[in-house]
Amino acid sequence: MADLKKEHELIVSVSPHIRDEETTSRIMWTVNLSLLPAFFLGFYFFGLKALFVTALCIISSVLSEYFFQKAVKKKLTVNDGSAFLTGLLLGMNLPPSLWSFNPFTIHVPIIGSVIAVVITKQFFGGLGYNIFNPALIGRAFVLISFPKAMTIWTEPTAAFLALDAKTTATPLGILKEDGLAKLIEVFGDKINLYAELFNGHRAGSIGETSVLALLIGAGFLLYKRYITWHIPISFLGTVAALAWIFGGKSPETGKMLLFAGDPLIHLLSGGLMLGAFFMATDYVTCPSVRKGQIVFGIGCGALTMLIRIKGGYPEGVMFAILLMNCFVPLIDRAMKSDVFGAVKEKKK
Amino acid sequence: MTALATFKGGIHPPDKKDIAKGRAIKEAKSPQRVVIPLSQHLGAPCKPIVSIGQEVKKGEVLGEPGGFVSAPVHSSVSGKVIAIAEFPNAMGRMINSIVIENDGKEEWTSLKDNPDYIKLSSDELREKVKAAGIVGMGGAAFPTLVKLSPPKEKPIDTVILNGAECEPYLTADYRLMLEKSAEIVEGLKILMRILGVNKGFIGIENNKPDAIEKMKDAAKNEPNIEVCGLEVKYPQGAEKMLISALTGREVPPRGLPMDVRVVVQNVGTALAVYEAARYGKPLIERAVTVTGEGIKNPANLMVKIGTLISDIVEECGGFKDSAGKVVSGGPMMGFALSSLDVPVTKGTSGILVIPKEGFVHAEEYGPCIRCGRCIDICPMGLMPSMLSILSEKGHYEDAKEYNLFDCFECGSCAFVCPSKRPIVQLVRLAKSLVKP
Repeated sequence: MADLKKEHELIVSVSPHIRDEETTSRIMWTVNLSLLPAFFLGFYFFGLKALFVTALCIISSVLSEYFFQKAVKKKLTVNDGSAFLTGLLLGMNLPPSLWSFNPFTIHVPIIGSVIAVVITKQFFGGLGYNIFNPALIGRAFVLISFPKAMTIWTEPTAAFLALDAKTTATPLGILKEDGLAKLIEVFGDKINLYAELFNGHRAGSIGETSVLALLIGAGFLLYKRYITWHIPISFLGTVAALAWIFGGKSPETGKMLLFAGDPLIHLLSGGLMLGAFFMATDYVTCPSVRKGQIVFGIGCGALTMLIRIKGGYPEGVMFAILLMNCFVPLIDRAMKSDVFGAVKEKKK
Repeated sequence: MTALATFKGGIHPPDKKDIAKGRAIKEAKSPQRVVIPLSQHLGAPCKPIVSIGQEVKKGEVLGEPGGFVSAPVHSSVSGKVIAIAEFPNAMGRMINSIVIENDGKEEWTSLKDNPDYIKLSSDELREKVKAAGIVGMGGAAFPTLVKLSPPKEKPIDTVILNGAECEPYLTADYRLMLEKSAEIVEGLKILMRILGVNKGFIGIENNKPDAIEKMKDAAKNEPNIEVCGLEVKYPQGAEKMLISALTGREVPPRGLPMDVRVVVQNVGTALAVYEAARYGKPLIERAVTVTGEGIKNPANLMVKIGTLISDIVEECGGFKDSAGKVVSGGPMMGFALSSLDVPVTKGTSGILVIPKEGFVHAEEYGPCIRCGRCIDICPMGLMPSMLSILSEKGHYEDAKEYNLFDCFECGSCAFVCPSKRPIVQLVRLAKSLVKP
């Protein structure tokens, strides 16, 4: 029995004794990776400013998580990629024009990051316990606090330095202020408008503009099953339906014309793709049962269109997701999973 | 090809059956002494009917059932009773057990061959099952007699033999199906006769095509018996999942298979039933897979009940240096042993030695990130994430709202959890602290 002297070294733990290789940090880093195509297109169109703003967000997010956890003597989790992801998402949701010393606005990304990580995430207990999407709270905070700086949009000049890029309005801004005809005029024709919206050659937040690049990242996440179709499709579907029903305006009177809207413009513009695939699907702040996710997605879509059509802001994705975040505990309670055998016996 | 029978949810762990599947079942060495616990089953422990110093033969009754939900235990060797005292079992509990010094003579109590067993009445056959002390050999060790005695208001129309063997690593049932296919089919026929049923299924996961072929061949003259391939997915062999896969019937929450007119038995149990009906042979040995990356010579052994696991490990060449954990049963639901000096019982399906590397220690788990993976794969349609959070925070009563007691602890949730949360442990904790 020579071998049995090992007995006192036996490891004892509760079943199961094998685990899948998936880890939280692998998920977070993979999501970071899937955002890179959209980020690079933002970098390409808006130049160095985009890189600086995003980097500033990432660095401030990671540092604020590090210092907060040090200060309250919690386990350090900055390596898990979630603070990095918050920073990256926040950066991609900010206008590139924030990298500016005159007027001085580079404090805006930093403040947004600290709010996102410290107030929204860590004060609520850290990863897994936050009610609201941290990046979106960070963005909402700076949008309300610095309304002017947050609504200066630069032209996508695709010039590397682009330090003197002209300011312009976003497509949704033009749509809201001057109507569809003006928007089409700005882009030449309708086909060109769709094409530019799709490839991302338009004014907007750093990472939101290129639908193509966002779809590449989203496709990767769907393929890896890190996200499922439920939230994005119900979100986008609701936006498309409501845009078609309520999005039309009579060119003469300016009044709402039912069933005359252009769903494609609404789908391709603003932060919708970024929001639907990467922000609304945040595990922590969305319902965890699939049917609840569909309700959540529909709610996000409806609120987005309510704000876009009737609200004071041209874009509503951020507030829509944040408002729906509030309802997640309710949705989770109301829509539990279907317990095996609880449904009526099926005949085979 | 039509879709394979299966259930909703489930996981695909690496099956690792190659380690032991090629090894034919061989008789394990008869140990110097056996430790036979008086409780090897769910239900009341047995009452000992032998005394210290008494000579017993192989197959002699050592303990009589302590109630209806109970099963007698028999001596697996011939020899002398040297102790009746509490000994630890694989789960670490102290169980009153009878220790027998093996005289090496292997003298049986009388065994009679009765080739006409199939003509016996269902009550006579039931008596044979009862006397043989047969319990479910898939792991839960529920007394078989109880399953074969459904109350009148619960008619049974289907018997399912469970050959899924969905636990990774384990291959004992697979070997039995290859080597004892005819006997297993006979066992199923006996079970069907006892219950007065004319529909029998044998469900086998599709990663064992040769076993499916063998069993189909053995059952080719039995029009009432259908051998079905099942999708390879854990926990395909869980009773409720198997019933759902093969019949489309869902056992209601907290219900039993008989609520949907089904009785499920393991293939090993069917073999024991056959041997009891034909020879009057009590359940004193069983097929055990000795496997894992940490054992020198993996094997499928026919082991006498009461053999210490240390004896078996020694027979299989001992541990490799990498060995870190020894599990009684499979990797998903088995128990990690704190000592190797515990006996093989009627429910021991495998002895698994897994390496130190790759272990996740309980204290290293993270917070629930609500990714929902566990909800997607829970075969019972529960929300393991919520159960674990509520239990972690001490809200044990609230866990009942999330169907705490429907969980059968298959471990799929903990397997997929990216935060490596000890969900099964937290569920067990909650279960132990509230009343159903």
